[in-house]
Amino acid sequence: MKDLVFLPTHEWFNKKDNTIGISDFAQKELGDIVFVELPEVGDILEKGQSFANVESVKAVSEIYAPVSGEVVEVNEELLDSPELINQDAFAAWLIKVSDPEVMEDLLSYEDYIKTIKE
Amino acid sequence: MKYTPFYDRHLQSGAKMVEFTGYSMPIQFKGIILEHHAVRQKCGLFDVSHMGELLLTGKNAFDTIQNLITNDISSLQNNKARYTLMANMRGGVVDDIIVYKFHDERYMLVVNAANTQKDAEWVKRHLIGDARFENISEITALIALQGALAESVMKEIFDMKDLPQKYFSFTTPRFSGEEVIISRTGYTGEDGFEIYCSNNLGLRIYDELIEKGKDFGLELCGLGARDTLRMEAGMPLYGHEMDDSTLASEINLDFAIKTDKPYFIGKEALTNIRPKYKRIGLKLIDRGIARQNAKVYDEENEVGIVTSGTHSPTLGYPIAMARVNIDTDANELYVEVRNKKLKAEVVPLPFYKRK
Repeated sequence: MKDLVFLPTHEWFNKKDNTIGISDFAQKELGDIVFVELPEVGDILEKGQSFANVESVKAVSEIYAPVSGEVVEVNEELLDSPELINQDAFAAWLIKVSDPEVMEDLLSYEDYIKTIKE
Repeated sequence: MKYTPFYDRHLQSGAKMVEFTGYSMPIQFKGIILEHHAVRQKCGLFDVSHMGELLLTGKNAFDTIQNLITNDISSLQNNKARYTLMANMRGGVVDDIIVYKFHDERYMLVVNAANTQKDAEWVKRHLIGDARFENISEITALIALQGALAESVMKEIFDMKDLPQKYFSFTTPRFSGEEVIISRTGYTGEDGFEIYCSNNLGLRIYDELIEKGKDFGLELCGLGARDTLRMEAGMPLYGHEMDDSTLASEINLDFAIKTDKPYFIGKEALTNIRPKYKRIGLKLIDRGIARQNAKVYDEENEVGIVTSGTHSPTLGYPIAMARVNIDTDANELYVEVRNKKLKAEVVPLPFYKRK
């Protein structure tokens, strides 16, 4: 968890391997995830902008970029098995970025958890 | 906010609650897909007490109902139920309902929760002769036990002879001194029962079904699974596939519209206005989920809109129902989701039919 920093909108960024995903709280809130729409390799992320969609049985949710950068890899496994996010949200990364611009305002896990409890 | 008698039970069971038609209702317990599969393979228990129940009694109850509905209940026997629409003068759908016949002078209309108030006003305005009306929605609990093993669980609690055997038939046995209504009906495409009773007795039956159902894999189910189950079964939902401005003849429910009946509200419109739309089933070929109001296109033009859509847990692919121009005959259509056109195959309804 110490490598992860968070947006209050429940996305995480892993500082060690530059992957991005959604939090365990987010997957629980969404319920059974049945479809993930990911960007393409080469797409440019802009911090705070929506870059992916995660659909549960009931609804669709936009996923916002916690950092700016270029998409260098997408987790294609999620296209066939979106339920992996429900099974382990902190392992099921959505995309990997290169040269991320990590801002100071991202939250530590502890601070992120506090925002949920509020 | 209104609450069903099972509200406390739902909280104790860890349900995720949502507001639905003014009621606090469980959207899911353990998870929509798990609950969905439980109903398809074993059984699931639903609180659907938010539904409305309207009683009509008296010598002219029959005439009142015949005037209100598009279907014909002149052939309906005692202890049988029939699905029908109620139309307005323009042929639009006031509601889709089930009529229960106890005997010639006593009927119950089961109506959509969202429409209970509207329907009650509508029925009251059209009472004929000595017909008496009573809205018993608030004092009636409604439990649905659905799935292949539903009968096995019911037999643990009720005498076999007290259970209705045929689809759309019902019984009125006494259970701990009170009359209950048990019908072989449901909104899932599986075998199953719906139990109408007083709020207090409802709690007892609910608890007993959970207790006895443990050995049969019973799961508590919420509105989420109810929606995916009904969609697979190709069943329409008021507010999605139809509303007051949808012509009753445009939703492929013609089996419930009997224009050869001497008279009913909306008959003239439904006889004279040619339907412009039809309800079809779509299986998405491209990845994605088409939800209500997604636009539908053929190779050239916009031809309609999606009325309901989801990922089908049983079939493993996305499905949708759509309202399209009646002359749309392409086998492949496109649905627009977030500015992308996803390819979809036109498939017959229902998407899923139990064996």
